[in-house]
This record gives sequence, C-alpha cells and structure tokens, in this order.
Amino acid sequence: MPRLIAKSACDGLLPVTIGSVTLSEFSPDAITSLAPFNGRAAAVSGALKSAIGAGFPAANRCTGKAGARVAWSGIGQALVIGPRVEIDGAAMTDQTDAWACLALDGARAGEVLARLCPLDLRDSQFKTGHAARSLLGHMTGLFLRTGARRFELLVFRSMAQTAVHELTGAMTSVDAQA
Amino acid sequence: MRLAGLGLIDRDTPLRFTFDGRSYEGFQGDTLASALLANNVRLMARSFKYHRPRGVLTAGSEEPNALVTIGRGAAQTPNVRATVQEIFAGLEARGQNAWPSVNHDLMAVNDLLSPFLGAGFYYKTFMWPRRFWESLYEPVIRRAAGLGALGGDADRAQYDKAFAHCDLLVIGGGPAGLVAALLAGRAGADVILADEDSRFGGRLLAETEEVGGVPGPDWVAGVLAELSGMGNVRLMVRTTVTGAYDQGTYGALERVSLHRTDPGDAPLETFWRIAAKQVVLASGAIERPIAFPMNDRPGIMMAGAVRAYLNRWGVAAGRRVAVFANNDGAHRTARDLARAGVEIAAVIDSRPDAQASGDYPVFTGTTITGTSGRHGIEEITIPDRGDTRAIKCDCLAMSGGWNPALHLTSHMGARPVWQDDIAAFVPAKDAVPGMTVAGAARGVFSTAGCLADGARAAGKALQALGKPVKKPELPQAEDGAYALAPLWQVPGKGRAWLDFQNDVTVKDVKLAAQENFRSVEHMKRYTTQGMATDQGKTSNIAAMAVLADATGRSLPETGTTTFRPPYTPVTIAAMGAGGLDKGFAPERFMTSHTASLQRGAPMIEAGLWYRPSYFPAPHETTWREACDREVLMVRNAVGVADVSTLGKIDIQGPDSARFLDFVYSNRFSTLKPGRVRYGLMLREDGHVMDDGTTARLGDRHYLMTTTTAAAGPVMMHLDWVKQGLMPGADVQFVSVTEQWAQFAVAGPGARAVLDLVLDTPLDPADWPFMACGAVQVMGVAGRLFRISFSGEEGYEIAVPARFGENLFRVLVSHAESLGGGPYGMEALNVLRIEKGFVTHAEIHGRVTAFDIGMQRMISPGKDCIGKAASQRPGLSGPDRDQLVGLRPIGAVQDFAAGGHLFADANPATAKNSEGYVTSVGYSPVQQSYLGMGFLRNGRARHGETVRLVDHLRGIEARCVVTDPVVFDPDGGRMRA
Repeated sequence: MPRLIAKSACDGLLPVTIGSVTLSEFSPDAITSLAPFNGRAAAVSGALKSAIGAGFPAANRCTGKAGARVAWSGIGQALVIGPRVEIDGAAMTDQTDAWACLALDGARAGEVLARLCPLDLRDSQFKTGHAARSLLGHMTGLFLRTGARRFELLVFRSMAQTAVHELTGAMTSVDAQA
Repeated sequence: MRLAGLGLIDRDTPLRFTFDGRSYEGFQGDTLASALLANNVRLMARSFKYHRPRGVLTAGSEEPNALVTIGRGAAQTPNVRATVQEIFAGLEARGQNAWPSVNHDLMAVNDLLSPFLGAGFYYKTFMWPRRFWESLYEPVIRRAAGLGALGGDADRAQYDKAFAHCDLLVIGGGPAGLVAALLAGRAGADVILADEDSRFGGRLLAETEEVGGVPGPDWVAGVLAELSGMGNVRLMVRTTVTGAYDQGTYGALERVSLHRTDPGDAPLETFWRIAAKQVVLASGAIERPIAFPMNDRPGIMMAGAVRAYLNRWGVAAGRRVAVFANNDGAHRTARDLARAGVEIAAVIDSRPDAQASGDYPVFTGTTITGTSGRHGIEEITIPDRGDTRAIKCDCLAMSGGWNPALHLTSHMGARPVWQDDIAAFVPAKDAVPGMTVAGAARGVFSTAGCLADGARAAGKALQALGKPVKKPELPQAEDGAYALAPLWQVPGKGRAWLDFQNDVTVKDVKLAAQENFRSVEHMKRYTTQGMATDQGKTSNIAAMAVLADATGRSLPETGTTTFRPPYTPVTIAAMGAGGLDKGFAPERFMTSHTASLQRGAPMIEAGLWYRPSYFPAPHETTWREACDREVLMVRNAVGVADVSTLGKIDIQGPDSARFLDFVYSNRFSTLKPGRVRYGLMLREDGHVMDDGTTARLGDRHYLMTTTTAAAGPVMMHLDWVKQGLMPGADVQFVSVTEQWAQFAVAGPGARAVLDLVLDTPLDPADWPFMACGAVQVMGVAGRLFRISFSGEEGYEIAVPARFGENLFRVLVSHAESLGGGPYGMEALNVLRIEKGFVTHAEIHGRVTAFDIGMQRMISPGKDCIGKAASQRPGLSGPDRDQLVGLRPIGAVQDFAAGGHLFADANPATAKNSEGYVTSVGYSPVQQSYLGMGFLRNGRARHGETVRLVDHLRGIEARCVVTDPVVFDPDGGRMRA
C-alpha cells in the first residue's frame, strides 16, 4: 500500500520576497503543546531542559533556539517547536499539522506586521525571545521574535491562504512606501 | 499673484494641474489654494445653501470654503480642502456644488431667495402635505444644497490601516511641538512627532520671525536634522491626529500619496492607531473671522492666512489689500505685505486705542460696515463722520483673534474653560489622561512663549515616563504680548456670515434664540452651525458669542458644543482599509478544498469555513438531482464527506472525567476507554448549548467533538468552567481542530472502503458501534471512530492534516469503485433529517433538553452546568414547543424551514401560531419532503394534522405530525 502524501499548509504559495522582506514557510519536525498538570510545572520544565536544552518559558517568552524552541502559547501552556518530546507530568498533544508556520525576514518586517497586528513590536518592547498571542488582521496567531530582523508566526492551518494574502498585501504596501 | 524671491516653494520644479478644466502652473510645495491664488483665481467654490461665490478663507485644515473634488469616477474624492491638497503634475481638481461651473452657477438663484431660506425654513415651509416631505421636498432640497458627491462606483483604491506605539506622541510640529519632541528625543524617549501639514514648522513657516538668530524655517530645518538623526524619533508629516480615545490610543490619518501623480502600490492614505504613554498636544490655534455685513466674498481672508500665502508660498493674495482686525498681530499682515511691495489700501482696527502706524492709511476705533463685488471683493465701506466711505481693494485680511485648537482635549468629555484675557476657550485641566497641552493650543501666543511651553510640556511628559529631565536652553524668539479687544459681530445692512460652510449667518443664530432654541446645542441643531465637514472650526466661538449676546448671557455661561472625533474628515475607505473582497473575513479551507473544487462542488460558507454543497455529476442540472443521488448513494453503497470543520478538543488530566461530568448533562466518567458517547451540553441558564460525541482515548484522556458553529464558544465555555467554576481542577485542554483532517465514511460499503486504506483490515468484533481507537492509515498514524450522523454504518477516520487532501482523494476513488462517492452538505442534511438528528437549526439557543426530547440525558445522579436552571417551572411540560417530525400530506409545491405551524382549523395569524419549522429536506428514500420543527405539546400530537404557513415565501402545506426519527427508528443499520 502506498504511503499517504503530505502537503504543507502553504504548499505552492511561498516563499515570496517583496522589496527587502521575505515571507517563507518553515516546517518543524514536530509541534507539541505542553501543559503541565497541577504541581508539575517545575518538574516538566526540568525534564524539558534535559531533553532538549530549553525549559518551560515564562508568559510571553520563548526558550531554546531555532530547531528546538519552546514558545509560551497561553495560560500554563507552551508549544515545543522542533523535536518530538515525551515529557511526564504534562498534557501533550501533537499540533504539528495544526499550524501554518510563517517566517517574516527583513529590515522592514516589523513595519509589515504593524499593518496587521496591534502588538507593540518595537525592538525595545518585543525582543528576540519574546512571544505573544495576538491578531493578524482578523485571524488569531502566535507571534515570536526570533531575531533582530525575523518574526515567526503561527496561524491556523486552515487560514494559511488568508494569512499569505494579508501579509503579501502589507509587504507590497510597505515596499511602495520609501 | 506670485512674487519673486519669496516663499519656501521649489521654483525649479514647476507642475501643471487643472482646476475646473483649465490648466494652471504651480510649483512643488504649493497647495492647490496657493497655486490658484498665484494664478489670480479667487473664486474656488459655491456655498452650501445659497450658492454664493466663495474663495479661500484660510491656509490650513480648518478651511470652510475652498472645497474641491479631486479625480474622477470611482476614485473621485469630494470635499477636499484646497488648502490641504498639495499639487502634483496632472492633478485634476473641480469645483463642486455648482452648475455648470463655479464661475457661472445657475443655482445661484437660491441667493435671491435667501430672505425665505433662513434657519429652520423648511421645517416651517414644507409641512403639508406630510407625505410630500420624503418623496418631494427633501430630495429637491438635498439636490440644491450640499457639497461634493462620490463617483457612485466602489472605490478600488488602495488604503492602509496600521498600528504604532511610542512613549511620547507630539501632536503638531510648530515651535512648541518641535521643542517638546527635541527634548524628549534627547532624553531617549521613543517619540512620534505628527503634523497634518506637508512640512514641519507650523506658523514659523508663515511668519518672518527669527528664532535663535536665524530665520524661522532655518531653525526648523536644524531641529529636524537633529531629530532625524536620533533614531528614536519618528517624524510623521501629512498625518492628522483625528481623535483621542481610551487608554492613550489616538487615531491618525496619514495622506501617503494623495500628493503624488502615481502612487504605485502605495496606499492613498493610512489610518493609524497610535498607542502613546504620554502626549503633548501642540496643535496651535485657529484664527477667527469677524461677522461684519457681506463678509463672505472671495478675497476676504484671514489675516494670518494672507501672511502664510505671502511668506511661505510667495503669493500676494491681492494687489491692493485692506486689513480689518481687533488685535495687534494682524498688523503684521500689513507690514509684511508692504515690505513685499503690495499696496495696503487701509488698516482698520476696531480698537480706539490701537497702536498702529505704517506707510498706509490706518483707521482706529471703527469697523467695516459693508462690502461689494460680484465674484470677489472690490470695495469695503467704513463709517466716516456720520457718512460712509468706500475703499477699493481686491483682498481683505481680517482677524478677530485666535482660538486655541483644543478639540482633542474634548474628545473624552472635558469641557473647555473660558479665558477672559485672550477672549477664547482654553483646554480644561487634565482633560485627557496622559496629555499635556502646550503652546498656542492652550492660549500661549508668542513664539518665545511657545518654545518655553513646549519645553515645560516635554519635562512633564518625561517625568511621567521616568526619563531624565534637563533644564533646556531655549533659543531667542519673538515675545510680544497678545493684545486684543473682543469683536464678534458688526451690525449693519446685509448678511453677516458666521459659518461659511453651512451658510449660517448672525441673523440665523438670533432667530434661533428668538424662537427659544437658546441652548447652544439647540441653536446648533436648529441653524446647522458647526455641523458641516469643517465642524465649525472657524465659526463656533463667534456663533456662541452671538447667541450669548442674543440671550443676555456671558460666553462662559453659554458654553460650547461638544467637539467629537474626527478632528478633520477621515475617509471611510481608510478606516475600512483591508476589508475589501478577501480582506472582509478570513477564509478557512479544509484540506479537501481543492479536490472538491476540481469536482465542481459549489462551496457554501459555514462560519468562516467553506464546505462543499454537493458534487454535481455530469448529467445533473439541479442541486436536487445531485443531493438525491448522494443520499441514495450513502443509503445503498458508500459516501465520503469531509467533517474536519467540527470542533475537536483534546482533554487530559486526573480530573478530566470529573470535568466532563460537570460540563455535559450526561456521564462520561463511566465511558470505557476505546468508546465514544453522545453528549449534551447545557448553558448555565438550562438551555441546550451544544451537542457532539466525546471519545475516551485513555484513562485520563478524552477527545471532545463540537459542532462547527460552536467550536469557538465551547472552547471559551470550557475555559470559563475551568477557571471560574472548577478552579484548581487538574485538567488541561487544547483545540486540535486544525491538527486532524477527518472524513466520514458512511454506508453499507463503508467497511470495505476502510479496509482499502487501513494497514490492517478491521475486525468487526473489535469495532462495534461507538468504538474508537488508533489505526494505521496508509502508513500514517490515524484515529478511527465508529459513529454515524447518517444512520448508516458509519466511521470517521482522522489523519494529521498534511495527509488530508491525499486521503480524501483516495477514499473518494475507493468509494467510487464501490458505487459510492463524495457527498456534500445538502445530502448530509437530508440524511440527518431522515434520522431526526438535531443541529443548531434545532438547538438554536432557546430550547431545553426537554424540548428536543432529551430530558433523560440530564443525569439524575450528578450535578452539571445548567441542571438546576433546567428544572425551573416553564422549561418543561405540555406548554413547551417540542421537537416533532413533519411530513406533508399529498403533493406540495415547496416545503421550507421558517414557516409557522397552525392547528388545521385556525386562521394563520400570529396569535394562533403553535410552533415553527426548523429544518426541511427532500427524502428520496421516503419520496417525500420531511421536516423537523417545534410544536406546542408536540410529542403528544403525533398523527395529528397541522397547517404549515410561511407568509414570507407564500408557502402553505398541510402536514402530519410524526416522530422526528423517520428512517430506521431502531438504529439497526448503524449498529450493523
């Protein structure tokens, strides 16, 4: 029996470069949501740290680095982005296919997002390693600052087309404004 | 007339543009108003009501007269202020509210009727017959009056919305704002400096003052150079802050490319939402006219504007200019013009003690009592020793003093305060939290005063921000006193205009007072003063002064009307930017979307999701044919449907069973792992919230399914229950709706199809009805649930979403090889109606478990949300509308949901309604329409005949009341 064929959320849509900003899709091996049970937060963080070298993040923060990142995603909840993990003491669900993972790179990436997202994304306020749940246009999403000129955003997989449409529209507009 | 050697325009860059079809030349840096004045065009518009010829009055955004229309067709923008619009090569501007043109306006006949057209005239005149008002009078009046018009087609131009954040927002880039931004920038604060003009500088661009020993514009350039080098100061020109809102949020409109010939992909405008911790409002002041007889002719302008046209744009507004004022500042106009070689006809100062001299006639202690000139001023009249004296002039510069531009300070409800020495309202103290007002906006009118006040405001803001405050060194600047004696109106023969844009005169305001519209708010509504697009920026205070005089009160007693956002007009297209077409709402696509489209399926919206309605076969011409075929296909062979839109919530933890027992009306703690149970969820008020199946995947692990529509609300509900009603419960849940692509495979051939995609064939003994478990699907870990929404042997098979499209295609092709295929929402609906399964058409928020016949699902042995409330009297019993099935008797043309049910013998009136129809479908199995609905005491009335009447669609049918479950009532087929 042949194996099922996989298709990424933004298949055929990305990458797109407009001016100095590039929108691309990245596909982590796994995204796992992690929510420690009562009284297990410290143990879960410790286990996580020994498993992938990154602990459970504080609210609105990320730990780890590209390839093995843990991003806060809500009250008592984080997403492990990269390696597959098995951690005791926490509710774990596979979310690998739930998200369209987008990266916005470029000096004016923040200006692009400012068209769509109400977050304060100034360098002094949303630093590398920060995370926030917010809006991208009418969509909800998870916003990560992963570099001086790079934002990563996770939006619902079913809304990938709309996300690409909105972001490329904003990129076009920003590029046309010197 | 353009003067050589003056102004800040770029004379090396000439630009050609048209106004009312005629071509003119201006320079880079010109506004439409300055370019037209340079070309000696004084007449730019016709007035609102009387179609009076009007010229430009001001040089700023407060302009009431010179409104023009830019562009054509869908992109046509009406009511653009010529004083704000910068010219560009190819600019096409037209006068408005005139026919055939502003120079020859036949509708000026209105002016002859003016004695009859005073305030409130139409309320009094067009009273009979009453029905004529809407059909005749109002349309005619609206046609004759008014301003510009839209093109009539949807505006497809590009607009943007954006967010900005800062420590300090400085509104206004005149001397006060520049100093505030400079000091805050030096202290390291994140600053946004916004100015509505196309360049920073404010009045310094319009005067001939020195600041710090250099000309004003040079000092401005120096400050700007320092600000742009800082990195922490964002300079936003052409950006009008239009409103102050809660918690430090400000609305602002940026004119991004309205001054460009070809904007390319750039938006025309951007509507900004700026969140600022602190704000310095340095919005300056607006000069006010004097209401003397016939004060509205083209060529009569504000004295400050005449100086601005001279000093900034190198334009003399006339060849022979008269000045009329009640304050010292206006004398600068005569001085500057005389210095530039323009003849000064006279300077008239209403103050007997005015100190004025110059090489021109000066009249003190007197006023202008009349003017003449058909398309522009030609002559003014002043009293002279008991007689009158005419003075020829082609421009009159007037000044009644200055009003602080305090509008934003009132946006959160604060009332301005009267300040007697400047005869003006100033901002109330602490009018807007976090806002400090500086400079002319709070009545400080000297340049030195503004610089110092900007520094004071910056210090206050920096202190609030916790930034270091240094004592600033301020440059030397003009520090004259502001001397004036109030002069609001000059009595005399002829109309004296207050509100130029809405054609409101002194007489109108007096009439309002006389007819007992004495409150300022009533006067405003009766006369329409201040209700035009300029919101009365040049007229409010004078109108209030006239009202105060007419009612014998003081100005502070009379008070002001309420200033509301926006400060200047905001294009609706800018506020709605991004909302056109696909920007209206996100589109949610299932993984099978493309495959469904390829099969020609029309998609219907279910919330934000798009779901296939039906899959037309080549020979089929109507949706019913496809639907009937798909229903029979599921009943007789096998059908495949994408059900991924249903909400899926993963629930884990030691308390997960206890949590579900509380959330659902029935028990889930007793459900065995590997099994699924149907659950009913109530709201706290005892009514049905949602239904669905929940699978127990492990001892402490459940997977809840919600309806498509309630996925979000149920998730919110669970959050509320966990945080608010069961705090401390050791349970975690997260949505996995997007993770899994899930397909219903239903029909007698369902198992055969599954065996073709599962790595291990199903053993029927392991998979009884309501079983669930992990499976390998073509090499991929998936989940299988034996549940049925069709009444057939049914399964739902789930795989991670990336494999969804492929699995859908494979399942459909296997189904087709077995005489089946895909089915859409229409067939899905018919199948469930045959089975009497409810959807949100039935559980619409006003029904109880009793109403849908599920009262026994409220477990007696435990508590649950909504249980107590569901037991209230009136929520059960024979008086309730209860779920029934409906089957028409005999042939019917149509049968539709939405109709009401009546006892057979009763007339179909609202009073007699005994219920309503919620769902309808044509059952090809029963060869009849079937309906579901709610009927009073319906369960006791099975077999009775009722009448269905849909007054809206004109449908009437007799039908028999049945049990809701029509097909396979024992459920033998789904358990097969």
